[in-house]
Amino acid sequence: MISIGLEGSANKLGIGIISHPSPSKPPIILANLRHTYVSPPGEGFLPKDTAKHHRAWVVRLIKQAMRQAKLKPKDLDCICYTKGPGMGAPLQSVSVAARTIALLWGLEEKLIPVNHCVGHIEMGRTITHATNPIVLYVSGGNTQVIAYTSQRYRIFGEALDIAVGNCLDRFARTLRISNDPAPGYNIEQLAKKGRHLIDLPYAVKGMDCSFSGILARIDELAGFLAIDENDERPDRLRASPEDDVENLDGDNETTITERKGALITPADLCFSLQETIYSMLVEITERAMAHVGSSQVLIVGGVGSNERLQEMMGTMARERGGNVYATDERFCIDNGIMIAWAGLLAYEIGVKGNVAESSCTQRFRTDEVWVGWRD
Amino acid sequence: MTDTAEEPLSFPLPLPFSASPPAAFTPLTQGAEAHVYLTSYPTTSSPAILKYRPPKLYRHPLLDRRLTRARLLAEARTLVKCRREGVDVPGVLGADWEAGWICMEVVEGGSVKAALEGWWQDVKGRKEEGSGREDEVLSDLMGRIGRAVGKLHSVGVVHGDLTTSNLMLRPAKKWNLDAAGKEERPNLEGDIVIIDFGLAMQSVQEEDKAVDLYVLERAFGSTHPWAEDMFKKVLRVYSESYKGARIVMKRLEDVRMRGRKKSMIG
Repeated sequence: MISIGLEGSANKLGIGIISHPSPSKPPIILANLRHTYVSPPGEGFLPKDTAKHHRAWVVRLIKQAMRQAKLKPKDLDCICYTKGPGMGAPLQSVSVAARTIALLWGLEEKLIPVNHCVGHIEMGRTITHATNPIVLYVSGGNTQVIAYTSQRYRIFGEALDIAVGNCLDRFARTLRISNDPAPGYNIEQLAKKGRHLIDLPYAVKGMDCSFSGILARIDELAGFLAIDENDERPDRLRASPEDDVENLDGDNETTITERKGALITPADLCFSLQETIYSMLVEITERAMAHVGSSQVLIVGGVGSNERLQEMMGTMARERGGNVYATDERFCIDNGIMIAWAGLLAYEIGVKGNVAESSCTQRFRTDEVWVGWRD
Repeated sequence: MTDTAEEPLSFPLPLPFSASPPAAFTPLTQGAEAHVYLTSYPTTSSPAILKYRPPKLYRHPLLDRRLTRARLLAEARTLVKCRREGVDVPGVLGADWEAGWICMEVVEGGSVKAALEGWWQDVKGRKEEGSGREDEVLSDLMGRIGRAVGKLHSVGVVHGDLTTSNLMLRPAKKWNLDAAGKEERPNLEGDIVIIDFGLAMQSVQEEDKAVDLYVLERAFGSTHPWAEDMFKKVLRVYSESYKGARIVMKRLEDVRMRGRKKSMIG
């Protein structure tokens, strides 16, 4: 069976085509195209502009995907689209596109709605061959620790306020870091040059966590960054001298108060932010693993492509005698193929959907979906 | 505490424990944060639980030290406070917050999680000859949980990680010696003892208490989906257990609505 998937819940428009020759065989990816709406530095992507971007690109991308897959509309078994969760206007514009091709291609009774989060999980499981992992789903809009039990992906922990990716995106705006290719990616590159760890709030509550307080604090600290190394204003941020490795050797005569710590740079703030929030994510994941007794972790979602997060998660998983499974940006970041795949899995077990009853929604919990295709 | 770690002492223990042979430590669990051993402290004849937080290698060492120190101190302080105020928790025997260990009294029995799972398997297995009292037995346990959490909150302590693994069921002393030898059915009797105060803090704010309840509610629903409905009983007993509990219950409704991407129906 072959399905096409349309994804557009945030600023990425993705079209994917996947073939599943038989239930016992792995799927074959025929096309996986994506076009991203990038907003200027210092700005986020607004729903109406993002929707406009999706409307402008969706026809081109669908045509190109069909050409790449060398398929005719009659070769398709079903059309899958993101029902939610996500931003309203972009979701709507892509679901209109999905309905349109369903009507054009005579598939109006085979339009399958897909939960975005479930799409991420199923794609991650298939690519990595992780059988029954604890899933950390981290992106610009979602932060969830998920485990599978009796036909549901249950949410064990989640962010209580803003998503982890949102925290990163907004801090990138504060520092006016470029949104191209992604703010999180640019923070990661900058963080590699960071050397000092700044004290930030650390907000973990059981398996849940919170990021808004951290964002508020680091935004405030960013206002006290020195302009350059000659900035002599006394209130500029400095590392505490005892944390400064270079100051540790040398003469012991100088007391700590006499020493002046190094000036804090934007790179130090990015470094501190990453170290703090990824520690929180690894901690809640580890807690869920200990609670459920699992040793596999799968990281999905856009933030999952962060190599520092993957590295920390790997260290934790190895300490527990397990493994971490992560995918690269093609599958981590929102894409059409994951929607095509999760939709096809549902279609194969008889889930139905049609144009007349199709809808989309900004709020759609991961645990609302009946996962009939798993044991 | 059913799962026993297979590899003993994967981390070298700090002093004074490093002076004892590995045989003196029986690994009980490896939680997310700490390794828990059954050992003896302060003398070799007094059994004790040793909870050791090894350095987390994934974390930046500075952050790791800061968190370990803060959590260990908070854990010891809240345990001592609970003990003083009459909350049923293990007593503290000793601690070193720089080295990352704390020693506590031994709690007899097993976790509520294990008890519930064992009991449920048993009940499911003999469906037809059930005594019809299952709901009552379960409801009684829920009541005891609600009362225990209420007592904890009433003294101004918030646990921070309430799950059924962190609630112990300590069986009552066996008076009837005849019954001792018999094969016992899994049951839900005993006192609730709250353990693992690694994320605990002292707080009188409704918000913190409400989040505490919310964490328990969610952990309960995801661990024991079959008993999800029964959780209402925990909350009902809780709301009557101390002055101020009702305000916390009101706040809980706000906290519930706050989870991200929550459906707004109902």
